[in-house]
Amino acid sequence: MQKYSIFNLVKNAFSNHENWDLAWKDPAPKEEYDVVIIGGGGHGLATAYYLAREHNITNVAIIEKGWIGGGNVGRNTTIIRSNYMHDENGLFSEFGMDLWRKMSQDLNYNVMFSPRGIINLAHSDAQMNAYARRGNSMRLNGIDAVLLNREQVKEIIPMADFSENVRFPIFGGLMQPSAGTARHDAVAWGYARQADSMGVDIIQNCEVIGFDVSAGKIKGIRTSRGNIKAKKVGICVAGSTNILAEKLNMTLPIETHLLQACVSEPVKPILDNVVTFGAGHFYVSQSDKGEMVMGGDLDGYNSYAQRGNLPTLQHVLTEGIAMMPFLSKLKMLRTWGGIMDMSMDGSPIIDKTHIDGLYLNCGWCYGGFKATPASGWTFAHTIAQDRVHELNAGYSLNRFSTGHLIDEKGLGTKTWIS
Amino acid sequence: MLYINCPHCGMRSQNEFSYGGDASVKRPELNKEVSDQEWDNFVYNRKSLRGKHLELWQHISGCRQWIKVERDTATHEIFRTFKADEEVA
Repeated sequence: MQKYSIFNLVKNAFSNHENWDLAWKDPAPKEEYDVVIIGGGGHGLATAYYLAREHNITNVAIIEKGWIGGGNVGRNTTIIRSNYMHDENGLFSEFGMDLWRKMSQDLNYNVMFSPRGIINLAHSDAQMNAYARRGNSMRLNGIDAVLLNREQVKEIIPMADFSENVRFPIFGGLMQPSAGTARHDAVAWGYARQADSMGVDIIQNCEVIGFDVSAGKIKGIRTSRGNIKAKKVGICVAGSTNILAEKLNMTLPIETHLLQACVSEPVKPILDNVVTFGAGHFYVSQSDKGEMVMGGDLDGYNSYAQRGNLPTLQHVLTEGIAMMPFLSKLKMLRTWGGIMDMSMDGSPIIDKTHIDGLYLNCGWCYGGFKATPASGWTFAHTIAQDRVHELNAGYSLNRFSTGHLIDEKGLGTKTWIS
Repeated sequence: MLYINCPHCGMRSQNEFSYGGDASVKRPELNKEVSDQEWDNFVYNRKSLRGKHLELWQHISGCRQWIKVERDTATHEIFRTFKADEEVA
């Protein structure tokens, strides 16, 4: 594999950049693999990469129905954070933060990780108390958290609405300074390029139509490009999880819902951080191109549409304008949607299944992108060792039966609870 | 924007409604022994079908009645609506 470096950039300039290697190949599926990963999104690509790098398993295929990076890894709002209260989520995400910090070097691909800090705004005394509690929990887990009062928030984001007579005045906020954003497409491409270079087959335009299971053990998958034998199969297909589960006669604590995001026209730099509205569900950051990147609530009803509906967008942006009135002057450039695997407690599942050799990675709800490296790392471990790592032990499939739910916000699919 | 034909009020915009999830889920009967698996299926596990999906909506800013809606989760086409106690064939 060609290394991406300033020297190679200069060298290739002499041949008008026409002689760069392809970043990854386009192989036909082989007859058999040690591991097949279904889903060529961020999590699937990362899983294949860590299978090869950490566990030396390189006879691996990634099976993708569309094209890699075409799903949620290219549709999210690029926020990376570990500001969770519960140990399971906090420790898992903070492990991911370490991987994010090293990612550009590890992948030899600039993912433009920008630790610009995230501020969750508080709009009441009770919310300040709750944030103090969450901040303390975070610090006990070694995650940075700073409780800001109203004046401190005003110093960082003076463009927010600090008037006294608004419905949701800003009391303060909880900041995680090490949180930030990254270039989402680069994450997919960086993982794909490295995985490919270590021998992983990335097979696109290949739909899974069934599974071969005999005597409680996975034998392979049936695809639109033929049958593929596999010793182990990992499913990480986000919003399509239930479609594959149905083929396995499984019903999961997952519903597929639609989440929208949008960007404004590009403007000069005004917002240095990621900011979330505390009296609803709205978050905003400014991209390197100057666009305000915004998102919020689910559309609210089961959907596989991959495109959104205007009432929710209007609701979300109303919250945005309440928080930062200048947003009302901006023109909307693009809106889009992705389908989310909403778990019933709002936390993910990375686990073995009742079928030997079949592994499940799903339930990422609003927070799939930031989990990409930690999800890939722990899923690769779970597949390679046939047992969960302590980091994903809490993300079990049977926690809904045993009552060990991880209700960080207690939301899950029920958006109206907030 | 979805338009939902409330069986009590007629065609209204989705803004008047609140979503209540899969209408095919049945609460286990109270007077018999319920296994953990049955309870799990009732509380948490969902088919979340792609395509025709029978679901509950409440006409919260209208007659406040719960209704059943048969909708396509991929295209959002609404085929039929029912009163909450109507049996759906």
